[in-house]
Amino acid sequence: MSPTAAARQIDPPANGLPSHAGIYHYDQVDRDFLKQRVEQFRRQVARRLAGELTEDEFKPLRLMNGLYLQLHAYMLRVAVPYGVLTSRQVRQFGRIARQYDKGFGHFTTRQNLQFNWIKLVDVPAILDLLAEVDLHAIQTSGNCIRNVTSDQFAGVASDEVVDPRHYAEVLRQWSTLHPEFSFLPRKFKIAITGSSADRAAICIHDVGLIAKRDADGNVGFEVYVGGGLGRTPFIAKKLRDWLPEDQLIAYLEAVLRVYNAYGRRDNIYKARIKILVHELGIDAFRNEVEAEFARMPVAEYRLEPTIIDGIRARFASQPYEALEPISGVLARARLEDQAFNRWVRTNVAAHRQPGYAIATITLKPAGGIPGDVSADQMDAIADLADHYSFGEIRVTHEQNLVLAHVRQDDLPALWKALSAIGFGEANSGLITDIIACPGLDYCALANARSIPLAQRISERFADLDRQHHIGELKIKISGCINACGHHHVGHIGILGVDKKGVEAYQLTLGGSAAEVGAIGDIMGPALSADETVDAIESVVGVYLEQRQDGERFLDTLARIGHTPFKDKVYASH
Amino acid sequence: MARVTDAPKVVTANRLQDGAVVWLTAAGDWSTRIADAQVQADAAGAEAALGIARASAARQEVVEPYAVDVAVEAAGPRPLKTREWIRAAGPSIDAIPTAA
Ligand code: HEM
Ligand code: SF4
Repeated sequence: MSPTAAARQIDPPANGLPSHAGIYHYDQVDRDFLKQRVEQFRRQVARRLAGELTEDEFKPLRLMNGLYLQLHAYMLRVAVPYGVLTSRQVRQFGRIARQYDKGFGHFTTRQNLQFNWIKLVDVPAILDLLAEVDLHAIQTSGNCIRNVTSDQFAGVASDEVVDPRHYAEVLRQWSTLHPEFSFLPRKFKIAITGSSADRAAICIHDVGLIAKRDADGNVGFEVYVGGGLGRTPFIAKKLRDWLPEDQLIAYLEAVLRVYNAYGRRDNIYKARIKILVHELGIDAFRNEVEAEFARMPVAEYRLEPTIIDGIRARFASQPYEALEPISGVLARARLEDQAFNRWVRTNVAAHRQPGYAIATITLKPAGGIPGDVSADQMDAIADLADHYSFGEIRVTHEQNLVLAHVRQDDLPALWKALSAIGFGEANSGLITDIIACPGLDYCALANARSIPLAQRISERFADLDRQHHIGELKIKISGCINACGHHHVGHIGILGVDKKGVEAYQLTLGGSAAEVGAIGDIMGPALSADETVDAIESVVGVYLEQRQDGERFLDTLARIGHTPFKDKVYASH
Repeated sequence: MARVTDAPKVVTANRLQDGAVVWLTAAGDWSTRIADAQVQADAAGAEAALGIARASAARQEVVEPYAVDVAVEAAGPRPLKTREWIRAAGPSIDAIPTAA
């Protein structure tokens, strides 16, 4: 590392957490709670092993601690609140991966981390290690309010209006172990953003929030409800155009109460809030919420400005240097090195602080497994975060990582270091930046494999010149209709199905999880894995033939319709 | 899932302590290798084997035992369904990401 980089390295505070990472800092109350919770689960595991608890009794308890049984082993899902981590936490993931897993972890579309090869007997020790760095697996499973997700560029995006992390933290504190909402009809997922560009896919969440400001600068929220994927996908509908900041908790309580009262518990496929909103209609649902809201002692639920200020104060701020807005070092490096220039084009975004940039680390090397990171790579990324980004790392819902505070001058060195660990690929938002769920290689619910298909598509389109020529194109793959891989909202979506005992894949076109969300349309009969890779080639071919100046894939699709694509894909059938 | 078929069967479960995939052997214990599994020729045999497996589950040795359709080959039983052969063989992918 360069001497200047070393000089900027942050002194860790007493607890060893990088002091300037933009996370919420726990206090003793939080830590004592986590310790108790680990001890409780340690006793539950012991009672299960001793036969005092049956599997039926134990299963809900382990799920409340993020522990699933998959095909080959237990899987532990660790919560990463709104996707922000410190370097120390990432190193701890590396340690757990080495000591208790097969040396790697998997970042997911819900900004979480999953370990795929966990032994039940080791889980209490793993939870101890997580608690050491203020992490846990609570509310990563079960019919509760799940870990709240947010914009990976929160607090630094140049287009940001309100920093959503402070409100995400409010929601985390409110929803954690909330007794009234621990046994909902079904799981409940909230996403929040504070920018004009939606990087948090709020339209596919049970509740999506856009933080914004009125003409006087007051904070409020646009509230969306009833989005979701799975068997019955829906884009969320607008519930409120303006919810004043101080009513956030009261209003969400009202939404949850209506859901708790009317959401179906008799049929798991109809239990999500999206079905309730769909069946009642958004207007009737809104009337129910407003009536409940009117009955509530709203003053008791008031989110006082002092509470927000207190939370804001416990987020470290970054001691940015005063820099020129445009870095000469960066400009020169871009001219001299085409490969680096390409990476900057796709993987670097504008930062609100002059002279800084946001760097996306795509966890999608050519032919690699989307979202997988080895323990050695975790250590290396933690070191890079310490040297270049105040010891902070973020997880994106597209299964990538972000260093959110990089000096533009440091980008060339950062890219070289990332390339050396296999993560320097210039493909953010391109055809090989694929989302894929674990699929049939790990998941007990799967119909078909997702990962090997993602790898083959990634290999087929590995040529970066070609990828950049194609431009923005998002492929998302799920191994079954639960849609963990977001296939419904892929520009090209791929769903694994079981065709008389053989794995097959159904393609959809035209989905999107951006500001104007859309569920993709099914193209036609399901295809084999080989045919699927060729079909994607055909779709890309039609697009390149037909595209007009400046059109992205979705634009061309909207202009010419789906027929030319279908005709080409099924021409040989 | 539990559709009755004529195919020969082996009984499988996950080991409680570590979740590992295990197969019921002729000796009535569990092996991590499907090659060691005892093949049941008919439904009655499979039902008897499941009884042994359920007793094992009640002793906290395994969880969720069930029978799997197989073809009997020279190398041993081979599950007919993709899901089950992946369970038997492990993920079809390189489990460790290749670091450059
Ligand atoms: C073995 C592991 C997993 C199991 C058993 C599982 C199970 C499920 C089920 C049953 C649903 C449908 C729920 C419903 O609509 O009510 C679902 C949805 C979902 N899961 Fe998973 N999942 C697993 C892994 C993952 C992974 C690895 C990710 C992230 C990559 C993920 C993210 C999601 C998302 C984003 C949704 C759909 C969005 C929604 O409608 O809420 N899951 N999962
Ligand atoms: S989409 Fe289906 S196969 Fe993929 S992880 Fe979710 S439940 Fe498993």
